This record gives sequence, structure tokens and C-alpha cells, in this order.
Amino acid sequence: MTVGAWEAFWLIVHREMRLSFRRPEQLLQPLVFFLIVTTLFPLGLSLQLSLLRDIAPGVLWVAALLSSLLSLDALFKSDADDGTLEQLALSGHGLTVIVVAKTVAHWLVTGLALVLVSPIVGTALGIPTEAFATMLLSLAMGTLTLSWLGAIGAGLTIGLRRGNVLLSLIVLPLATPLLIFGAAATERAISGASVVGALYFLAALCVFTCTLAPFAAAAALRITLE
Amino acid sequence: MSDFWSMGGYARYVWPCFGFAGIVLLWNIWSARRHLDAAKIRAARALAMAASEAP
Amino acid sequence: MWTWFYKLASPPYVFGAAAALAPWLFGAAALAIAYGLIAGLGIAPPDYQQGEAFRMIYVHVPSAILSVTVYTVMAVASAVALIWRIKVGHAVAAASAPIGASFTLMTLVTGSLWGRPMWGTYWAWDPRLTSELILLFLYVGVMSLRSAFEDPARGDRAAALLAVVGVVNVPIVHFSVVWWNSLHQGATIVTLEGPKMPGSMLWPLLSMWLGFMLFYGAVLCIRVQGEVLNRERQSAWVREAIKS
Repeated sequence: MTVGAWEAFWLIVHREMRLSFRRPEQLLQPLVFFLIVTTLFPLGLSLQLSLLRDIAPGVLWVAALLSSLLSLDALFKSDADDGTLEQLALSGHGLTVIVVAKTVAHWLVTGLALVLVSPIVGTALGIPTEAFATMLLSLAMGTLTLSWLGAIGAGLTIGLRRGNVLLSLIVLPLATPLLIFGAAATERAISGASVVGALYFLAALCVFTCTLAPFAAAAALRITLE
Repeated sequence: MSDFWSMGGYARYVWPCFGFAGIVLLWNIWSARRHLDAAKIRAARALAMAASEAP
Repeated sequence: MWTWFYKLASPPYVFGAAAALAPWLFGAAALAIAYGLIAGLGIAPPDYQQGEAFRMIYVHVPSAILSVTVYTVMAVASAVALIWRIKVGHAVAAASAPIGASFTLMTLVTGSLWGRPMWGTYWAWDPRLTSELILLFLYVGVMSLRSAFEDPARGDRAAALLAVVGVVNVPIVHFSVVWWNSLHQGATIVTLEGPKMPGSMLWPLLSMWLGFMLFYGAVLCIRVQGEVLNRERQSAWVREAIKS
């Protein structure tokens, strides 16, 4: 029974989602981390909400970046550990399809979750509700881009000792443009300026990464698996 | 001549600046030489081991 | 022409050529840097706005250019190594990384020392320094990744992929930082490339740039010999080569 590429894609996404939901605590961890990190900033700075608003976009984005990084390690790890990854690679569907499926599934349970939680965090940091639309849109694009950058990094660091530290070291510099455009978009939404420029750049980054990163991530897996 | 050394009053920035640049250049030479020497020693050792293992 | 390309892919040829070239490159570099320093420090007139402090340009700008150039060379060598499976490419990339990182550090420190009298602060989040800092992180990432693998060949390939991915990001990062900076600051960017630089100021700068490029070539020749040896330890030509 041969399976086409589309079917393979959906099968893998479906599998990833089912595996993720089997351990709901694992899903919650990045979210809780997100909440904790954002709490640290007001505690450390002891600012009133009106002053927090100024640093809110940056804090939100840095926290989202760090939380996403936490879960990226697991993108390929468990499958690599028990040999599933090799089986998938040998299945004849091409690593690219597999990588796309796994990364999309990962974003759905991590990045998207962060986006959905962000209104709570945004309120805690004093971001006005008028800015929420921009905040959600920019976080959605940003976390998707980050999932792809993370897929490349994860592919390169599977099975390395202290791989997650190396993963962060690799991914964070690559993610700085994301941070810049995403936080700027949110900040401009708060101050009422036009967000179009920042969002366009962010979207461009997202499209660029989503187009090219699958091939880089597949190449990374090929290097690790061969 | 002392005008030259004082660099218009900026001496405490200009000279450490050039000094650091010089240190980096020297480090590059030293480090590269060290790297090559170590590589030669390791290669010699590998050859010696291969030779001693030959039947 | 293709024989030349094939020769470059041959480890013993590269080893021998590097060994032969190095002293010449060092000599040429020394001449260019000597002229640059003498003319830059002694002959060029002080700047209208910055006085004698502008002379720091003679190390800061060349090192900045080199930091990006070396990364590009590293990325190109990596791409060649990955696409055509030419191991010498990995040797060039591995040799270039620490050199480039040191130039990046030089850019940051000289920039900081230049910034203090000019902006009143040792650090400012201006576009060039911030991009350089991120570039330094990219270099460290590539070097760390290469050394994290037990199998050196795999480490080479992983680091090579990262270098290629990174080089795509260098212009993106620079652009985003320039954009970000324009939001927050006016024209605090100190550039001497604004009004046309008179020849007496420009020639020493060009000479320093050339000197630094030649220096990179020379140090690369030394390092690449070591990198080639490390990757070819068991080969027959090595026995003759290390007798020197």
C-alpha cells in the first residue's frame, strides 16, 4: 500500500498530535515557562502597569523565544532515540515531507499555544487590548518562523551532549530579526503608530524561512542520520 | 613628538585600540603556528602507530 | 582551467601551496599594514570633527570588513564542501572560523574604544556594533557545533550547513538592526564615510584593509595546513609532508 506525499504528511501530523496529547503535562511546560518568565520581569523591575507597558513587547517576545526553545529539543529527539526517525527516513517519502509534517505539528502544539495564551500574558504586562490583534498576528508568524529555525538547529544537534544548550546558541542569533520586527510591531500597535511596515517584514521573514528551511532541516537530518 | 603620543588628548583610547588590534594579530599568528605544530605531532604519532601495527 | 580546480581539491596540493604561499602573504601584509599605520597615524591630518580620535578607523573599519569577508569565505568553502564533497572545503572553513571570530572581537573592542570619546559611552546599540555582536555569536555557534561531534566528518558537515544558513542571515540581521536602530535614534551613527574622505586619509585606510586581507590569507595558509593534516592523517603523502 503506497502512500502519497500528502497522505504521509497528514499521517505524521496526526501521529505527532496524538503523541503530544498523550502526555498533556509536556504540552503545558512551555506555557508555564512562558508565564513564569513574564512574571519575573515585573518582579525584578517592580514597575507599575503603565510603565511596564513600555517594555512589554520586548519582554513578551523574549519570553516567547525562550519558551519555544525549550520544546524544540524534543522535536526529533524521541524519534531519533528509538529509531523511528530512521524508519521514517527510509520510508521513501523524502525527509522534506517528514520534516515539514513534524515541524508543523510541533508549531501547532507549541507556538500556537503560546499565541493563544498571549492575551493573558499581555494583560499582565499592561498591553492594551487594542494592540492584541497585532500582538497575536506577529506572535503567530514569529513562532512559526522560530519553529523552522529550531527545526534546523534541532536537526543539527540531535543526540549531542548538551545539545539543548548548543541548540539555543545556534538558534537565538538567527532569531534576532524576528525579535526586532515582532516586538516593534507590537510596540507600534501600543503607541498607535502604523504596524504595517513591521508586519510586512515579519511576514517576509516568515515566508522566506518557511520556504527554505524545510530543505535545510532535511539536510541537517541527513547529516545526522547517515 | 609628544603631540603624536598624546593624540590630541585621546591617547587613552587610541593607543589601547591599536594595542588590542596588534594583540589580536599576534594571537592569530601564535595560535595558527601552535595548531599546525600540534597537527604535525598528531600525524607523526598516527603514522608511527600504523607502522608499528603493520604485520 | 579545470585542472586548477581539481588541484585545489587535492589535500597534498593545498598543503604544499599553503606552506609555500604563507611567507609571501605575511611579507606583503606587513608592508601594507606598515604603510597604513605610518601614513594613518603620522601623515593623515586630524579630522575636522573628531580630531585625532578618528585614527581608530584604521583598525576598526578593516577589521569590520574582514569579519564579514571571512564569514563569507567560510560559508562558500562550506557550501563547496557540502555540494561537491570536497574535504579541503571543510579544512578552509574550520581554519577560517577562529580567524574571523578574532576579527569580529577586534571590531567590537576597537568600536567600543572609539565610541567612548565620540558618544560618551563604551557601548551603544548602534547598527554596526550590534550586527557585529550577533556575527560573533554566529561564529561561536559554528565553532561549538563542529567541536561537539565525536565524529569529525559529521561535525564538519553540520558546521558547514550552519555556516551556510548563517550567511543567509547576515544581511537579514544587518538590515533588521539598521531598521530597528532608525526607530530609536537619530543620526548618532558616526561614520567617516559621510563627506568624501581626502586621499591622505583614504589611502592608509585602503592599505590597512589590504594588509588585513593579506594577513588573513597568510594565517589561513598556516591553519589550513594543520586542518588538512588533521583530516588526512592516514594518507601516504603525510609522511613526507611533516618532515619539515
